[in-house]
Amino acid sequence: MATAAKGVVLLDFWVSPFGQRCRIALAEKGVEYEYKEENLWDKSPLLLKANPVHKKIPVLIHEGNPICESLVIVQYIDEVWSNNPLLPSDPYERAQARFWADFVDKKIYECGTRLWKLKGEAQEEARKDMIEILKLLEGELGDKKYFGGETFGFVDVAFVPFSAWFYSYETCGNFSVEKECPKLVAWAKRCMERESVSKSLHDPHKVHEFVGHLKKMYGVE
Amino acid sequence: MEGAPLKLHGMWASFYVHRVQLVLHLKGVEYEYVEEDLSNKSRALLLQNPVHKKVPVLLHGDRPIAESTIIIEYIDEFWREKPILPTDPYERAVVRFWCHFVDDTLRPSFGAILRSSAEGQGAAVDNFRQNLEFLEAELRDGFCKGRKFFGGERIGLLDIVMGCGLYWNSASEDVLGLKIIDQESFPFFTSWFESFNEAKEVKEVIPPTEKLVEYVKGLLQKMFN
Repeated sequence: MATAAKGVVLLDFWVSPFGQRCRIALAEKGVEYEYKEENLWDKSPLLLKANPVHKKIPVLIHEGNPICESLVIVQYIDEVWSNNPLLPSDPYERAQARFWADFVDKKIYECGTRLWKLKGEAQEEARKDMIEILKLLEGELGDKKYFGGETFGFVDVAFVPFSAWFYSYETCGNFSVEKECPKLVAWAKRCMERESVSKSLHDPHKVHEFVGHLKKMYGVE
Repeated sequence: MEGAPLKLHGMWASFYVHRVQLVLHLKGVEYEYVEEDLSNKSRALLLQNPVHKKVPVLLHGDRPIAESTIIIEYIDEFWREKPILPTDPYERAVVRFWCHFVDDTLRPSFGAILRSSAEGQGAAVDNFRQNLEFLEAELRDGFCKGRKFFGGERIGLLDIVMGCGLYWNSASEDVLGLKIIDQESFPFFTSWFESFNEAKEVKEVIPPTEKLVEYVKGLLQKMFN
């Protein structure tokens, strides 16, 4: 049984794909940590102190030191706990992994938000954009088992939490991820066979329920 | 890959390109430079960076790497002497955090000043200055307290990410007729910027500030007309 690493705390929010990246990375490394659920509409003094710049989750606090930004946290975890490396050792492959994780960061969340928030032509554009983004990612995956090749890696960690949002994207955007990107759906299923992933992600219907909640909050029909 | 040639696709006034040029120079690594006309991008560029179609792109042999900070980490990992990133994992996380902050928060808030209406300009400037204050605080009494550069005695990744491109501020202050980064409010940041500009490698690599400011002023004047 993995011994609790001295003082590892994760400030997080249950449905956040960014928080889930950190949970998955910690689980892959077998690191025990304290999970603290934040109420994003009533942020704790600890969160505001640990991330005064953005006041956002996730924040990893390790031996009193706060680390913010999910991909910065994942790289930190990978560097401190060197078992089961998430980034490959070759510099060029590392650069490629960082590129595609950065691509997920730049594109998916913003486009997904447009999909549920907007209507009419703007929503249609978001749908087209999302399909294009997913197809590019599917192209990068190719016939590999994972984005990392045979081993579950950095891009897999960065992207897989968004697979729980596919159902919501499909429903809001009126398209089928399976039809457009069958390899991505198969990849997501393979990832879910890993305990680190299945224990971190939520049921897509629960995610969609949360999106419905957000829509009400923002006055979207 | 040892001994494979390096080729950098860039544009002379792009600060993202300057970042990479500065790192290659700091490492003493030779490379071929290809100037791109961004209004008429070369086939080579579009082939090497099909996803974003932007500069800089670094080619190491036939392997392309895109996105400035990713290129820099690649260079730092391939040529290990004179490191650009610190070795300690926590310090690396702090540096990466601030680099994201500069590119994802600080610079866009500067862009908002340029795009603001007359009524909105005050608020946009305040917002940018509030963001800059975070970096001022880091130098004054935060993680980088007492340091000549963010990276310590030597220029590091955050110095490069923050330092390249500040000619946009000079140009904008000129065109808009207002002071955005003043020494009184930002004494540590101003002092750091002087050290950055005085650094030998910065002087050797970055085109003269006057030339860059003129170029940006030209862009801004087009934007505002």
